[in-house]
Amino acid sequence: MALRCQKCEKPATFHITELTGDKPEELHLCEECARIYLSKDDQPQEPTSPTLAGVLAQQLKIGQTAKDLQRLDQQACPACGITFYEFRQQGRLGCPHDYICFANELEPLIVNIHGEMKHVGKRPKRVHSSTDARTELIRMRRDMQDAVEQEDYERASELRDQIRKFEQQQGDQ
Amino acid sequence: MKLEDLAGRCGEWLRGSGPESDIVISSRIRLARNLADFPFIRQCDDKDRGAIERTLCDAVHDEKRLADVTYVDVNDLPSVDRQFLVERQLISRELADAHGPRGVAINEGEKFSLMINEEDHLRIQVMNSGLDLKSTWEDINRIDDLIEEHVTYAFHDDLGYLTACPTNVGTGMRVSVMLHLPALVITRQIEKVFRSLQKINLAVRGLYGEGSQAMGDFYQISNQITLGRSEDELITQVAEVIPAMIDYERKAREFLIKESQTDLHDKISRDYGTLCSAQKISSEETMMLLSSVRMGVNLGLIKDIEIPVINQLFIHTQPAHLQKLRGTELDTANRNKERALYLQQHLKRETDGEAEHN
Repeated sequence: MALRCQKCEKPATFHITELTGDKPEELHLCEECARIYLSKDDQPQEPTSPTLAGVLAQQLKIGQTAKDLQRLDQQACPACGITFYEFRQQGRLGCPHDYICFANELEPLIVNIHGEMKHVGKRPKRVHSSTDARTELIRMRRDMQDAVEQEDYERASELRDQIRKFEQQQGDQ
Repeated sequence: MKLEDLAGRCGEWLRGSGPESDIVISSRIRLARNLADFPFIRQCDDKDRGAIERTLCDAVHDEKRLADVTYVDVNDLPSVDRQFLVERQLISRELADAHGPRGVAINEGEKFSLMINEEDHLRIQVMNSGLDLKSTWEDINRIDDLIEEHVTYAFHDDLGYLTACPTNVGTGMRVSVMLHLPALVITRQIEKVFRSLQKINLAVRGLYGEGSQAMGDFYQISNQITLGRSEDELITQVAEVIPAMIDYERKAREFLIKESQTDLHDKISRDYGTLCSAQKISSEETMMLLSSVRMGVNLGLIKDIEIPVINQLFIHTQPAHLQKLRGTELDTANRNKERALYLQQHLKRETDGEAEHN
């Protein structure tokens, strides 16, 4: 049976002896993997578009002491409860209100990714209620769930009524 | 609509028609939208996800102008069916692999799909064959307006549509054009071309989006930036580079014909021969060989098969499609045998002149 490429299943057509390590190393690769392997060293990678993780890491390296960072990381969104640390870890925000409560931290990040801070595209046609009202709704829902988890059903049903009333008001607008 | 009914068809994105369709496979736009009064997905428990799913399903259901839409509950689907939808580009791998309440609304002609509870609450996607970004945008803008009549999107006066990841904020729009670029791959110019695209803030991805390999020499070119430019500007930014890409690919094909027609003809004919007579074959090898044959047909080197047949084989020979078409679950080894058989049957029938064209 023909020798298979070490990196994929295709037949190996390139047999490379790598001499740069401590001792010679034999590599058996298909044409494609060989091309990738051989182009790796002598072609310096040109900077590509910034990725979220890269931008985040870079931003946090500059001008922030460990103490600043710690303080920053512990900030939590009052609506969804996510901390800035959790956002940094996963690259995903917790709720729309994060864009407001982490505005200062997100601004350099957004400018770095998009080069702009101002949306100029499409807008929803319907008049929408203020973001604050929506945040309030997210907070109330979360509180209601907490109340249910703590078996505080009285509080939960109070909150449920508040949410209903709130939703009706929104619907009437 | 049943998934089985879809299996025999080709879907919009590989229909193989439309402007410049020898090189441009499809045009696609997606919009990321979130409901204003729910947290983003990562902070949602199953109850929240269920409520989001119901809200959006109701909106789609109540909107009579969105005709012929079927909702598929992805959470309930066996993995082969989820894979099947990924292969058809109707859902992302992320949605297929996620947990909890989630789904996709698909329209009859598979021109658009609405993914619910992917990275954002709603991802609207419209696809058209060939190079046709203008009508793709008109379609998706209309669908977005129709849904918006029933729900309130998370929107910020300065930042635009708010998304779970700041890389999508603003328009929430990703414009992609899928290209078939085998000659640029053979002449090894593809990486150079991609580096120059990245410099002007365009992203290049493989067949199945982020992180996927460029299977079958298919590449998607899309915008990286979503904020600070209008939808029209973003579409123009992508559309502007496509003629140059088509031109590079055509020149590379001309170069191959001029410099080494015999070698090229030989290679493509051998690739065709392998597809017609292999006894077992992986889906990766199939994609690679079909890519070669597709270019051969477009260059007139292979005359006894037509592009729509090849396009259809690209999708029908993928693992989940093959199993759907054969009506049974198959392990990898058996799939490789069935795939070879399927190719023989369809390529042979074609050369016998009894072709059924879809």
